[in-house]
Amino acid sequence: MVERHHAGESPTAALPREPAARAAPEPDRPVARDGHPGSPSRRNGQKLLSLGLLTLAVLFVISLFVGVGDLSVRTLLAGTWDAETMRLMLVSRIPRSAAAVLAGASLAVAGLLMQMLSSNRFVEPSTVGTTEAAALGMVVITIFAPDASILAKMLFAASFALLGTLLFLVLIRRLRSKSSLLVPLVGLILAGIIESTAYFVAYRNDLLQSLGAWSRGDFSMILQGRYELLWIGLALAAIALFAADRFTLAGLGRDISVTLGIAYERIVALGLVIVSLIAALTVVTVGEIPFVGLVVPNLVTMAMGDNGRRIVPVVAICGAGLVLACDIIGRLVRFPYEISVGAIMGVAGSLLFLILLSRGRPARG
Amino acid sequence: MIEAAALTKLYGKARVVDEASLTLASPGVTAIIGPNGAGKSTLLSMIARLLPIDGGRALIDGLDVTRTRGDELAKRISILKQENGLMARLTARDLIGFGRFPHSKGRLTPTDYEKIEEALTFLDLLPFADRFLDEMSGGQRQRAFVAMVLAQDTRAILLDEPLNNLDMRHAVAMMRLMRRAADELGKIVVVVLHDINFACAYADRIIAMQGGRIVVDGPVEEVVSEETIEAVFGLPVMVRDVEGQRTCLFRA
Repeated sequence: MVERHHAGESPTAALPREPAARAAPEPDRPVARDGHPGSPSRRNGQKLLSLGLLTLAVLFVISLFVGVGDLSVRTLLAGTWDAETMRLMLVSRIPRSAAAVLAGASLAVAGLLMQMLSSNRFVEPSTVGTTEAAALGMVVITIFAPDASILAKMLFAASFALLGTLLFLVLIRRLRSKSSLLVPLVGLILAGIIESTAYFVAYRNDLLQSLGAWSRGDFSMILQGRYELLWIGLALAAIALFAADRFTLAGLGRDISVTLGIAYERIVALGLVIVSLIAALTVVTVGEIPFVGLVVPNLVTMAMGDNGRRIVPVVAICGAGLVLACDIIGRLVRFPYEISVGAIMGVAGSLLFLILLSRGRPARG
Repeated sequence: MIEAAALTKLYGKARVVDEASLTLASPGVTAIIGPNGAGKSTLLSMIARLLPIDGGRALIDGLDVTRTRGDELAKRISILKQENGLMARLTARDLIGFGRFPHSKGRLTPTDYEKIEEALTFLDLLPFADRFLDEMSGGQRQRAFVAMVLAQDTRAILLDEPLNNLDMRHAVAMMRLMRRAADELGKIVVVVLHDINFACAYADRIIAMQGGRIVVDGPVEEVVSEETIEAVFGLPVMVRDVEGQRTCLFRA
């Protein structure tokens, strides 16, 4: 467990580069033209969507008022709201909450895409090598170009993530056995190999501490100016929504996609790029957060089915809510110390996943 | 119009499909029969551009399948394979709606909704329209996929063992449906069948394959004879006309 003071609220915290804070992201609306108006999955969808939005808004407000710094609803009511409180809000609390929302939403969508691309429900970027490859990429670029801009480093890490994911897809296409449990196992093995490589290289180059930060999700270091890359993740999730029909068809398999005139290889490539960029973005800014991409899409597809156009927005909102909730819990459990969101999510996510498995959720079908 | 000229598929040195040629120009039901491993599915897959072609060529309405854009071909030919829907927690109505993808690109028009309802009705699926595929019986699921193919509304329809998972009643209904699709809608239907008697009862033409080659191609009466079937399947059989229906039985 990581114990750390709330970095963003120490008096020496860096001053913001951008003055304006942003509000919570506008989630994508479901597309109204789709589906039969009276179908149950559609009604479910709208109910879940509004419920999810409401919960997310509540969580966001709670998140704004949880922390070590002197900023609570009481200060708000007592009228002791001064410039310092405002600064705390803008520099630390809002960026941190926004980062959790953005990371959660994009990671959950990345998980859903990964599942559609491999036609298997038990995979996500951090269990097939994508995230690990991104971390390896960060190690490598830090060795060779330590002064590169954060954007350049992120793109370099994304290209590693792309290669790692491609390797996974090639491996599972070559599997003779169609056993649906073999697919996630192959992913775990590949992820393990890439991760050990990253640790070896990092160890040899005295970068273990940095690698630790990339592979352990943690929002306590998030300040204004240090998380904005994550907005790209939201844009990528919007692209996923735009191409949702094609991704859904890709999930049905190559044969059906080709028959319906989809350029299957191209849609897989698009999905790979989106997943890899999201993995790299989160690794660079907050570090790896496990299970979001696994648990959220599974829960949502159980309730609402696999029609991407309907579920992408819900998956994004639920992912945001789950990560935000885990971060709030991490801040409260050992107050005034913190437990990193990665650790909380590891516990919450594995519990949720075990429940899913025990309910007989098949990897396919 | 489907034209295949000397289509060949190699797996290593094995010629899984060996210079198979056929032309299907007019509406009708054509059944492909043959023992397991004869290359029936592989032949269909090559014609429908699901598998790369190692020799020869396949044309749909004169368009080479290896060179024509996928979305153009999708308006002309559809194929349903045996295994479908790895991630298929979709409602039947949604799935059938995806059959309209080549025409609508996802923006369903009133015409698309009509075609979806038609396909649902055609396959007796209205009571299950909003049920998830993974909560249906094997037969209902199979019919939903066939309905998707019908909704795609292409002139040429290839079906790889569509009677799998269907009981006798639904198998007969499915074959009657193929018949209606050919007779009423002018479709060119090609079905891979394991049961020769279904082929006899509903097909206009039968193509028999063995060891990757097309060995016989002709009308039912010509293909289904004791000599031919015994040669193709390597099994002694009896062929009789029962109340005017050509029937093939294995000898116990």
